[in-house]
Amino acid sequence: MRLTELPIGSIARISSIEESPYKEKLQEMGCIAGVLVKPIMKAPFGDPIAFELEEYTLSMRKNEAHSVQVNLLNPLFNS
Amino acid sequence: MENKPFKIVLVGNPNCGKSSLFNNLTKLKQKITNVPGTTIENKVGTVSKGKQKIELIDTPGTYSFNPKSLDEKEAIRVFFEDPPPNTILYIADASNLKRNLFYFSQLSQHGIPMILALNMTDIADFKGFEIDVERLEKELGIRVFKINARTGEGVNTLKEALFEDQFVPHYQFGSENDHTHESHYDSIGKLLNKTTKIKTKRELITGKIDAFATHPILGYLIFLLVLLFIFQSVFTLASYPMDWIENGFGMLSEYLANVLPDGWVKKLIIHGLVAGIAGVVVFVPQIAILFFFMSLLEDTGYMARVSFIMDKMLRGLGLSGKSVVPLLSGAACAIPAIMSTRNIENWKDRLITIMVTPLMSCSARLPVYTLLISMAIPNTPVIGFISLQALVMLSMYVLGTVAALIAAVIFKWFIKYNIPSYFIMELPVYHSPRWGNIWVNCWQKSRSFVTEAGKIILIISVVLWFLASYGPKTDQSLSIQESPSLEQSYAGHFGKAIEPSIAPIGFDWKIGIALITSFAAREVFVGTMSTIYSVGDEEDFDQLREKMKKDRNQNGEPVYSLAVILSLMVFYAFAMQCMSTLAVVYKETRSWKWPTIQFVYMTVLAYFGSWVVFSIFS
Repeated sequence: MRLTELPIGSIARISSIEESPYKEKLQEMGCIAGVLVKPIMKAPFGDPIAFELEEYTLSMRKNEAHSVQVNLLNPLFNS
Repeated sequence: MENKPFKIVLVGNPNCGKSSLFNNLTKLKQKITNVPGTTIENKVGTVSKGKQKIELIDTPGTYSFNPKSLDEKEAIRVFFEDPPPNTILYIADASNLKRNLFYFSQLSQHGIPMILALNMTDIADFKGFEIDVERLEKELGIRVFKINARTGEGVNTLKEALFEDQFVPHYQFGSENDHTHESHYDSIGKLLNKTTKIKTKRELITGKIDAFATHPILGYLIFLLVLLFIFQSVFTLASYPMDWIENGFGMLSEYLANVLPDGWVKKLIIHGLVAGIAGVVVFVPQIAILFFFMSLLEDTGYMARVSFIMDKMLRGLGLSGKSVVPLLSGAACAIPAIMSTRNIENWKDRLITIMVTPLMSCSARLPVYTLLISMAIPNTPVIGFISLQALVMLSMYVLGTVAALIAAVIFKWFIKYNIPSYFIMELPVYHSPRWGNIWVNCWQKSRSFVTEAGKIILIISVVLWFLASYGPKTDQSLSIQESPSLEQSYAGHFGKAIEPSIAPIGFDWKIGIALITSFAAREVFVGTMSTIYSVGDEEDFDQLREKMKKDRNQNGEPVYSLAVILSLMVFYAFAMQCMSTLAVVYKETRSWKWPTIQFVYMTVLAYFGSWVVFSIFS
């Protein structure tokens, strides 16, 4: 699934990043296959989205997030 | 080696406390040097120990060796200089080591000795992040120091090390043939596994603040309140130093008038030079105070959230979340505002931001608005304590902002550029302000106004003084004479010459003169009006206002009717009357094309806007 499909608070592992003009930028910022990622908030109108990535918060537009493939680790349980 | 100074370059990611360390190491002994042929500025400071001196070069925060924006390009320039830097002092945010070490891993390939400074160890401690410094030193083969750039903890030990032996890192990031991002991150991960451990994970307060700062309704409300607070503070706080500066220059002119021998030199000094310098300096308080608040918002991390919540809206207009800082800075002065677009990666986003920023009402328009509003608008209360005058002033700011946003949309349609824009940005952890950084930043922005705008304003005001004081002889010979009145001066002739073209928007030749002189800076309008209406003391607003109000045209109607005043205000809101801004746009875009387009579109907009307003109200 794609990074944009993750609900807020869920945790996923990045599996791959599609080719795009911003792929390099994403990688520099730490979006690398194998890294854990957690959406923590959305800006008003749902875009951009902020993610917890390793030890910091990275924000990106839906468009950029769409190019990141992830595997969901914890399906969110409403506890 | 002794001939060239020992050169250490300070590098690191943005938001890692680099500026604090630089200020701390150099004890604020730093200068800004212009890199020849560019507008790019490098900060160079001196670190001294006894008689030994080291040149420390500060660079803009960078995420990688493949620069994405203009300020990142500037950051890596130092590595291509001759001679290259002797040592790299790399500062990393210890609470976010993995990403912070990526740029380090790229730099470690260059065979230059490095020193690693781990900053923000307090936040790392709080997050339960334990770093084994000795092990890290062994693995990397270089010296590693834990510091707290804010409190200065550990900085002295680090400073000692700058004067001792330094080593080239021997840790292999990636492999000999594999330097992809993945392989570097993989090596960093392995390195950190050996040298760090995580005890407990504690939540920072940042998430709680963000719940408000990025809330769909509260977020915008908070931003609006912050803006109102800032502008209110700028108006009230700046008025005192502005009064002192005006009085000071008034006294200086008086003194010079008494001591200097009569003649053109005296007039040149008093009406050209002193008036020109006064016109520059009087804006410094407003600009400095506004930039103080802007730096405060940036330094604490709040501005990144504003960019985050504004990005979607601004994107639709051809801008980006990163345009927020330049646009708001435009309310102080377009020059530092345009220079602050350098961190916008996408060329089109950056260009549109540059093109529309001068429509934001800058501080030079304020005296013009103040004079005109006081002439036409009664000071009646509207809602509670808000007067009609204050409301009109506010609407001038709104008018400028709306015009800037509409202009952005139009540029979005016309500028063709295929590389898509993106908004991949770190949201830094909130922290209390680092006052040293804020002062330095505030000082630099004000300085860029004084140097970039100052010299041009000064030159133009001397030229204008000449044009307003001298005129052609009436006997058709080409010789020059001291003009008996402004009407007969060169400026008066210019004013008369353009009168037919500005008559449709309600302006006469006197306003024409003021429009021409405003090319130095918009506020020169007030001074020109004082000269035209021979008000002795330039700052005597009341006297000037009364004289302007009494002025009649041939038909016996007041020259400054409501229609003319509103038309003038709209003209000043939209027209590109600032040579200094055009000069900066030229430098930043490296072509005359964009300043020319900017000048033309803003002038057309101003003329058309004034014509509409004049037609409606007359």
